[in-house]
Amino acid sequence: MADRYLVEAVNDALHVEMERDENVMVMGEDVGRAGGVFRATAGLRDRFGADRCVDTPLAEAGILGSAVGLCMAGFRPVCEMQYDAFSYPCLDQLITHVGRYRWRTGGKMTFPITIRMPYGGGVRAPELHDDSPETYYVHTPGIKVAIPSNPADAKGLLAAAIRDPDPVVILEPKLVYRTERGAVPDGEHVVPLGKARLARDGSDLTLVAYGAMVPVCERAANELEASVEVLDLRSLKPLDEEALLASAAKTGRIVLVQEAPRTCGYAAELAAILVEKALLDLRAPVLRVTGYDVPYPYWTIEDAYMPSVARVVDAARALLAF
Amino acid sequence: MASTVPAEHDLRRVIGDGDSIPDGEVEGVGEQELLDFYRSMVLLRTYDERSVVYHSQGRIGTYAIYWGHEAIQAGAFHALEDEDWIFPSYRESAIGLLRGMPAATVLSWWRGHPAGWWNPADYNLASICIPIATQVPHAAGLAWGKRLRGESACALTFFGDGATSEGAFHEGANFAAVMRAPLVLLCNNNQWAISTPLAAQTKADALVDKAAGYGIPGVRVDGGDVLAVYEAARAAVAHGRAGEGPSFIEAVTYRSAPHATADNPKAYIDLERVGEERANECLSRFEGYLRRQGVLHDDLAHAIKAEATEVMRAGIAAAEAEPPADIGLLFEHALADPPASFEHDLAELRRILGG
Repeated sequence: MADRYLVEAVNDALHVEMERDENVMVMGEDVGRAGGVFRATAGLRDRFGADRCVDTPLAEAGILGSAVGLCMAGFRPVCEMQYDAFSYPCLDQLITHVGRYRWRTGGKMTFPITIRMPYGGGVRAPELHDDSPETYYVHTPGIKVAIPSNPADAKGLLAAAIRDPDPVVILEPKLVYRTERGAVPDGEHVVPLGKARLARDGSDLTLVAYGAMVPVCERAANELEASVEVLDLRSLKPLDEEALLASAAKTGRIVLVQEAPRTCGYAAELAAILVEKALLDLRAPVLRVTGYDVPYPYWTIEDAYMPSVARVVDAARALLAF
Repeated sequence: MASTVPAEHDLRRVIGDGDSIPDGEVEGVGEQELLDFYRSMVLLRTYDERSVVYHSQGRIGTYAIYWGHEAIQAGAFHALEDEDWIFPSYRESAIGLLRGMPAATVLSWWRGHPAGWWNPADYNLASICIPIATQVPHAAGLAWGKRLRGESACALTFFGDGATSEGAFHEGANFAAVMRAPLVLLCNNNQWAISTPLAAQTKADALVDKAAGYGIPGVRVDGGDVLAVYEAARAAVAHGRAGEGPSFIEAVTYRSAPHATADNPKAYIDLERVGEERANECLSRFEGYLRRQGVLHDDLAHAIKAEATEVMRAGIAAAEAEPPADIGLLFEHALADPPASFEHDLAELRRILGG
């Protein structure tokens, strides 16, 4: 075990998985010589060479599209999209091919592609460096999606993604890249996709979150005068439905927190599942604390857009008083 | 202003016109090769013509016609080795037949039946690609991967003139060039993208000019001349295998059939021009050449045609004999490790359907 920042844990996972399997290659913009704009891929080019840690042209659809062909040649590409909102050009390949190609071959050929990118706001960045695009990915059939909230999970989920036979998108919370620090297992460390983590045990109310909203929920829980559970989903697709329903059965009060815009966001899916499968366990309405249905704002007012501790506490108090 | 094509854009051709333009020949192409090319073209032509009939009979769904493009497909195909990968668009849907794929597989695909699925690795042939140009980066990636593995295989991808306007074409071509990927970019310039003519697609004098922007060689050939296409593709493959990276071939032809069975070109196309093009179509041009060379005679032509007709007769029979697809196939291959919800959804569906 070593204490690492979240982005260092990502880097550690890449080193371990590339060492473990020579078919794993990293590709993206500035990932090689520069080691990534967030240093997530630092050292890989020196260690594994320029053919396994590849600086690509600035072409997100080209990165993901050529990764499809690399899979056909037996590689396991790990594609970095430099920022959340810069990943949108790759949606064409993701939707029309990456999520469908295995199906199209009748399951005869697999496409073990990992797409990883920093996501989310709060970092005082220019426009389009702050999006929370998980819904686009989750909504695409054939794609798995995971979002870590802490260094150990960042390493373990990325390792699981790289070893998975299907395409997996990993969204890394850039806001806490260098603030979340914790013990990370040395060497091989895999956190299976589809398993949530109970970040905090409680009995009166559950805050459900993922990624950078988990620490926000933990701080909110500290401020509340009740026994508050915090469920860190870790994996959005597949979802650990059992953990969600178990927590609903236990507390009966659920606040769903996401920083993405509200409409058709991931919290809406969770709310639908709770209504379908946990209605009689609920003692109050399910509430959402989300970003708003507006473009992500310029950074002088971004704190008002992002779900804050105060907004989460406010929603929780409303439910506790229901 | 009328578009003028500079002299360097003259189309390379090998097949003469039996009159003022003399027949040429391609080094290394003897009688055997000529007849192989011919068999391939006849098989592709027969597939296409029968498919249009099958569609009119309701035996296959909407079908993208490639009548008149057989010289491009067969010429390019014969420049490849078995180890080389092909990335087709829907316009080359039947190219797998040349690699031994059963006609029933491709017919099933056009029948919307999962029996039309295949494993690309079985034929070194990617799936039929529908969204325009999106297969180009796949081909670039495969070719790049083969180079990284130190293998000699290369890739060839077909796309149309309209595809050169797509971002995916640009990203794929540029990627291949930067990665020195052994890729042949074969543009089937039939001058129409459904109803959009080439002049509304680009301001370039010729599509081959785009090659310069990627720093790769480009050549422009007569797409109705199977030998010219073959010669250009063979040179492009050799270029890739020598580690020199990708090449661009513009094979110029004319779409003298509808885009697809659902298309009615009368609304936008010059029918007189279509008539001229059909009178000068690629298969009869090659037949004329072979007869002038003394390689083809009536008996052999009939035998080759009969062989192709039998492939299609057996193919449609086999495709129609496929039992209806089980609804379990809705879920079965979407993910290697399916979520529990799939099993639940399928069980519920079977209960409701009474199956």
